[in-house]
Amino acid sequence: MRLLALALRRFLWMPPTLLGLTLIVFSVSHVIPSDPARVLAGENASIEQVETLRRKFGLDQPLPVQFVRYVSDVVGGNMGISLYTQRPVATDLIERLPATFELALFAIALAIMLGLPLGVVSALMRNSWLDQIVRLVTIGGLAMAAFWLAILLQLLFSMQWNLTPVQGRIDGWGPDPITGFYTVDALIRGDLDTFLTALRYLFLPMMTLAIPAMATIVRFTRAGVLNVMNSPFVFYQAAMGLPRRVVIWKYILRAALIGTLTQIGLVFGNLLAGAVVVETVFSWPGLGTYAYNSILQSDYNAIMGFTLFTGSVFIGMNLLVDIAQAVLDPRGR
Amino acid sequence: MVDLLSVTDLTVGFATENGTARVLDHVSFAMRPGEIMGLVGESGCGKTTLARAILGVLPNNAAIASGSISFAQTDLLGRDTAAIRGRDITFIPQDPFGSFSPLFSVGDQIGELMRWKSPDRAPGDTGYTRTRRRADAARIQAALAAVQLPDIERLLRKYPHELSGGQRQRVMVAMALLPEPKLVIADEPTTALDVTIQAQILKLLRQLATERGASVLFTTHDLGTAWEICDRVTVMYAGQEAETAPVADFFARPRHPYTAALLDSLPTQGAALLGIPGDVPSPFAPPPGCRFHPRCPRATDLCRASHNETAEPAPGHFVRCHHPNEWPIQDGGPAS
Repeated sequence: MRLLALALRRFLWMPPTLLGLTLIVFSVSHVIPSDPARVLAGENASIEQVETLRRKFGLDQPLPVQFVRYVSDVVGGNMGISLYTQRPVATDLIERLPATFELALFAIALAIMLGLPLGVVSALMRNSWLDQIVRLVTIGGLAMAAFWLAILLQLLFSMQWNLTPVQGRIDGWGPDPITGFYTVDALIRGDLDTFLTALRYLFLPMMTLAIPAMATIVRFTRAGVLNVMNSPFVFYQAAMGLPRRVVIWKYILRAALIGTLTQIGLVFGNLLAGAVVVETVFSWPGLGTYAYNSILQSDYNAIMGFTLFTGSVFIGMNLLVDIAQAVLDPRGR
Repeated sequence: MVDLLSVTDLTVGFATENGTARVLDHVSFAMRPGEIMGLVGESGCGKTTLARAILGVLPNNAAIASGSISFAQTDLLGRDTAAIRGRDITFIPQDPFGSFSPLFSVGDQIGELMRWKSPDRAPGDTGYTRTRRRADAARIQAALAAVQLPDIERLLRKYPHELSGGQRQRVMVAMALLPEPKLVIADEPTTALDVTIQAQILKLLRQLATERGASVLFTTHDLGTAWEICDRVTVMYAGQEAETAPVADFFARPRHPYTAALLDSLPTQGAALLGIPGDVPSPFAPPPGCRFHPRCPRATDLCRASHNETAEPAPGHFVRCHHPNEWPIQDGGPAS
């Protein structure tokens, strides 16, 4: 019951947070020294043509009026027309969403599945050779720029070993969409060949996103476990002879998870932001390449749409993290 | 009577940056079944290390240099005692606040203990059948009632931070007795509690352990506490046992000058508070000969030069001193 109240309270905070986010996004995209009507009309357009476009998209109105109109449009599900693709931004985003989410979810899942156990083992075997290797790899993973890591992986896996495609998402067309995730759809349709192909395309961009995410998770899990290991309750459980695996994987891990969980929420947000670079390098047809092209084209509706969308996901993730933490830690309820 | 626990010549060193600290130095003592033994001494005398050595949970930088610990005719050293810990030997910690995981309910944590340490559990059994679960639930109810906790159903659903310190330590006492152990090691179990609650918990511990025939090894720095609940007392000084005696004899006829000084330093009405002059010696460079000689009013050249062995000047009264107090030997009863 208290958990539900907490979830509701956090949920009520979402609209004001989103409004604030919209204001920031709107302000930032309108101080960019570029004239969207000019860009849209093209280099050879006459002044009259530019002004007509300006009126058509309401760009001649004062900024506050434009903002209020934008907010009311967004609430109604209309994020404006992309100046570049000439289609509603919302449609563009929804169409490209599955590609990015497939990438991001696979990456975060891999990062968690590898990061948590590695963090725990690294803490338990503190200062052993394994711990040293894990520390080296995690620091490397955090320090490396995503585009450089991407290029290194391409050189190694695609050029040197010929194991994966250099870029793209699939050969030809993807499977008929159900979820929009090529791997999942191929599996549902029982098409193992397509599944394996999709997986091979997915592998490198996923690794590029997963390695820094995993590094963060390993570091926070390791620190959390080391911290909890010195708790009196761990000593008590050892003194009472509870099996070590129960003490570690149930009691220590759960306590250490509380800190890691916050990081996982942040990491997932970073993952979506990092997708801009990674998708561009791998020509992955998701939100990231869309955002990249929008920026190059000064397509401000699309930029705002992408930023607003990513921000919403981030806020949603934080809500989930808050709820998960309350589930884990009774003291916060 | 056959000893339940006997510690012989136990020496434990801690590796530190400043060298090896010899925290226990040839300690010997024994406990009989069903008795309550107080292990008394100042902070740093080694009583907690001794308790941890018996449990087999010394810190990683500790090494047992010599000696043996035998429990119920089995040697505990050099083997994994995880099966014995929590079953035949249980533990009551000093800190009832931190000794529960804050993330699991009290009921979950007692249940976890019983899952692995219930008297019904066969060795190697990793499952938890409904029959066992039900029997354990009844046991838990009875144990919590025995430590006088009200409203047990609600208590089990609560989280540790929702309990008072006294309630938590009552639960700890219940958990220590639930596996039906032969020996309970209680490491200053009441230090963190209010004085009024201390007395209640101690009486409860004594009563319940006696009813169940369990021995209790009870460490404390408080002589008054030892007087209240112990059958016998061992006083430790600088990593060695100085004197062991039945409680009445210990308080009425102390033989070791350190014991005498400790008793003199107890506050009494109308008297000035007396301390023991000097400091506890460093475990890195203990004095030669008797550990206590730099602070001892009776020290002679013999004490400064020669190591002292434990002697038994009266039946059941052990003392490690070259010049112990002499008392006429009496039979039984305390000198009132």
